[in-house]
Parts: sequence; structure tokens; C-alpha cells
Amino acid sequence: MICRPRSAVVVGAILLVAVAAAFLWALWAGSVQVSSAELIASFYGGEGTGAAVIRELRLPRAVAAFTSGALLALAGALMQVLLRNPLADPYVLGISGGAAVGALSAILVGAATWLVDGAAFAGAALAMLVVFGLSRGDGSWTQSRLLLTGVIVAAGCGAVVVFMLVMTTDTKVQSMLFWLTGDVSGAARPWPALAVLGVGLLAILPFARDLNVLARGELSARALGVRTRRLRLLVYLLASMLTATAVTLVGLVGFVGLIVPHLVRLVIGNDQRTLLPASALAGGALLMLADTAARTMVAPIQLPVGVLTAMIGVPVFLFLLVRHPR
Amino acid sequence: MSSALAPLLEADGLAVQIGERWICCDLSLRLMPGERLVLLGPNGAGKTTLLHTLAGLREAQRGEVRLQGRPLTDWPGRELAQVRGVQPQSQPDWFSATVMETALVGRHPHLGRWAWESGDDMRIANEALACMGLDHMVERNILTLSGGERQRLAIASLLAQRPALYLLDEPLSHLDLHYQMAVLAHFSALARAGAGVAMVLHDLNLAARFADHVVLLDGTGKMVSGTADEVLQADVLSAAFGHPLRRHVIEGRVAFLVE
Repeated sequence: MICRPRSAVVVGAILLVAVAAAFLWALWAGSVQVSSAELIASFYGGEGTGAAVIRELRLPRAVAAFTSGALLALAGALMQVLLRNPLADPYVLGISGGAAVGALSAILVGAATWLVDGAAFAGAALAMLVVFGLSRGDGSWTQSRLLLTGVIVAAGCGAVVVFMLVMTTDTKVQSMLFWLTGDVSGAARPWPALAVLGVGLLAILPFARDLNVLARGELSARALGVRTRRLRLLVYLLASMLTATAVTLVGLVGFVGLIVPHLVRLVIGNDQRTLLPASALAGGALLMLADTAARTMVAPIQLPVGVLTAMIGVPVFLFLLVRHPR
Repeated sequence: MSSALAPLLEADGLAVQIGERWICCDLSLRLMPGERLVLLGPNGAGKTTLLHTLAGLREAQRGEVRLQGRPLTDWPGRELAQVRGVQPQSQPDWFSATVMETALVGRHPHLGRWAWESGDDMRIANEALACMGLDHMVERNILTLSGGERQRLAIASLLAQRPALYLLDEPLSHLDLHYQMAVLAHFSALARAGAGVAMVLHDLNLAARFADHVVLLDGTGKMVSGTADEVLQADVLSAAFGHPLRRHVIEGRVAFLVE
């Protein structure tokens, strides 16, 4: 399939409708019943419990779910091109491990929520710098060296995380586990992350066709005039920042970053010009759906959202895989 | 700018090294539009490295390579890719893509940053695919292609790039006899139309038939460069390849027999 601009517009329109539908469901569903009149009124500063619940609880939560889903799916798509490995995900280079060590350390000392977020971001940034520094050690900056360094740093962080879980008292373990499986409910201020998503998309889209060429291999890309060193550095930094932002917002939500780019690829092909924005929209829609389902399915129990992303994504993915033998 | 009589590709006092090992110490060559250069040598002699140096993908230790009279180091990447095309020795594929999408990758240097492939680009890619006998499978997933089909697709992608100088690294690998001849005939036709071709080959008989100039690397840093007739002599080749060869002229064509 050749993705012409026209088909890109069609795909974009379908995804925007899906995002809008998921968004409205996220605002509407929940233990407090709201009428459609209240739903509409809440956008115009309406009074009453329903409008307050929507504005103060469901709206930030829906935006947080959309933003983190979109960030992770975009970061995953970028990592897959950067490492030229379809099995890469946003967490493969140890950024999530660094964030987890940071967040869990903060929880361990009983820090406030904003400090946990700050520690998570600092941990992610530190892991990113360590992997970047070590993988460039001999100046070669090859993707196998990058991947190996990332995987080792991730493994080291994993060991530290387990150590902290074992050494911690019961009450704190609960919040640690919630952070580790991903939790959208605590994300009260998702707007800066949404801005990061916008900046990230704007920064990479001018290079989307360059990424198509890079996916054919480093040598071919250089022969076709792509400045691969600069491009790979940009992709690495961008994917890392997007991932760090997402895990700071909602913790380690798994699955979205790996599966969504593949899902989109199965439907519209591997043209990065459409794949990147489509992945972001699809990831956002999927995480909004999953989060709304997670808080309403067996209410009042809230399921970890990562369980739901897998429960929705796996059947869809397998269906597409069987239908398209490509 | 350069006139039609200026050399397409020129190397002056070129010295190329891999690690501690010298590939060549003082190579000078000129390739005019319409000429075909063949790089020969045993395994590991540095043919690919030399080709990459001529392509500007690798820096030389000493000396200079000029394309259309302008040093390669002065060419911006995208402009360079509009004029010289490279077919790499192997083309690994990690992601699904259609045959047509892959051929269109060759159009990359001709498109602006925000441009999408136009009808013209599609037509050029289609012609390139037709040349390589792939035009009936434009929608096929490249991960399902055979080795020979992949090789033809890599060449089609290069043809879609439409450079003035073609640099081919073992263009005949995985190809059956029919396509080996078709590929060499096609690049010879492009040369007659004014392009320059430099290629790494293994078959001495095909080199004798399709080369105007030959650079022979022997793997120890020594090198012979000259016209095809000068270099393709039994004693020179026997020494370089470490195996005795005999040169015959059969029905007006040079042929080498392995002892």
C-alpha cells in the first residue's frame, strides 16, 4: 500500500473520531451518573456535582491517559526505527528502569507525590545519559552497542527495584506496585505532558521520510544523503524524553509502546509520515479506553490499566495479524 | 560548472586504510561519462572499502576524490545523492514494506522535506521495477522475496534514484545467468547514454566483457590500475588471486581459464 496524502487524511480522520469517542466515554462513564446535558454544560463552566466530577476528576484523568498513551506509542515507534528492531519498545533502553528506581526511592523515604514524579523524571534522565554516554564510549554509536548498553542498564535497574521491594514495609509496597504497573488516577496535571507530546511530534515530523530511509539501514540512508548520526541522536533524545514524560505522568504502563505501532503498521504500512502521528492518536485512544474500562468494569475496584491495555490490544493485534499475512 | 568533457569521477593520490592495513597507497583514476570501471580482487582485498571511499561514505587517509570536478567533501549529502547512487553489498530488511515503497526510497534525495512522492516519482519507480522484471509484483511484501528478487529490487531502487554515477557493490550476487547479463547490459546502456559506472565484480570473464577500466587490488596494499586490456592479463591476475590462470581469445572475446 502506498500511503498517499489522501489516504493519510482518511486514516487521520478515523483516528480522530476514535479519540473523540474514547474521550467522551471517559468523561461520561463512572460511579457518578451524569446526563448528556451535564456533560455538555461542564464544558461551559456548568455548576453541580456532575460537572465538577467531570472537570476536576474525569477530564484530567482522560487527558493524562490520552497523553501517556500517545507518548508511549510514539516513543515505541521511534525506538523501533532507531534500533531497527520490531521488538523494541520505549522501555528497552533502560529509561523506565531509571524512572522506577527514582520513583521507588522517593516512595521509600515517604516523599510527597510531586517529589515521586520529580524523582521518576530525574531517574529516567539519568538512565538516558548513562546509556548515551556508555554506548558512545568508542565513538562508534552503533545500534547493537546502544541496545546492549540499554538492556544492561535496564537489567541493573530491575535488580535495584526488586531489592527495594524486598526491603520495604507492607504499606509502601502497595503504592510501589501501583506505580510499577502504571496508574492514571494520580495524574492531576497532565497539561505539560500534552505540550511535550505536541513538541515531540512537531520536532520529528519534518524528518519522517528520512526515517523511512533509515529503516532501510545506515549505509543505504547515508548513500541517499541522510545525515544519519544527527538523525539517530535526535530520535534517541526525543524517544527518551517522550518516555520519561510518560512514565513520570502515569508510571510504567506496559504494552502500549510495543503493540500500538505494530497495530498501526499492520493497517497502514510502515511509512513514518503517517505511522508516527497515527501511532500517537491510536495509543492515546487505546489508553483512554483501557483506563475508563479499568475504573468501571469491576467498580469500585480499580484494575491496573496495564492489564486492560493488554486485554484490549492482544485480541485486536492477533486478529489483524491473522487477517494480513504480511 | 563542469562541461560534458570533464571527468565524472576523479581520484588523486588516494590512500585507503582499514585499521592498520593498507588497501591502496596511491590510486589515481579518472572516469569519464560513458565509461565503466570494474574493481577486482580476492576476498578481503578492500574492494568494498575502496568503493565506499569513491562514494564519499568513508574518508580517505590521503588524497582526494572529485565528482564532476568538485571534491566529495564539498558536496552536501542530499545534492551528492542526486548525482551518485550506491548499491550496497547487502540490504537487510527488518520491516514489512511493499516492493513499490522500497523502489520509491530511491527518490528520496529528489524530494523536498515536506514533499510526497508525485505521479512522476511513481512512474520513474515503475520503470525501474520493469527494468528488473519486478513490475508485476509492486504490492508484494519485501520480506517474502527471494534472494535474487531482493537483489533486483535493490538495483531497481538505485535506478529510481537516477544518478549520473552508479557505484555497484557486487550487483550480480544471487542473480541467475539471465539477470546477470540483463543487469550488466542495462548499466552498459546507461553508460552509453552518458552515465558512469563503477562496480565490484567477481567473474573475470564478465569483467573482461563489460569493463573499460579495471582496478585490481591484491590484498597486500599493492594495486594495478589501467585499461581493461592492460590489467586483465594472465600473469597479473594469477599473482593477485594466487591461482594460475590462462588467457584465451575465443571468437574475438577474452576468456580466462582456471588451471
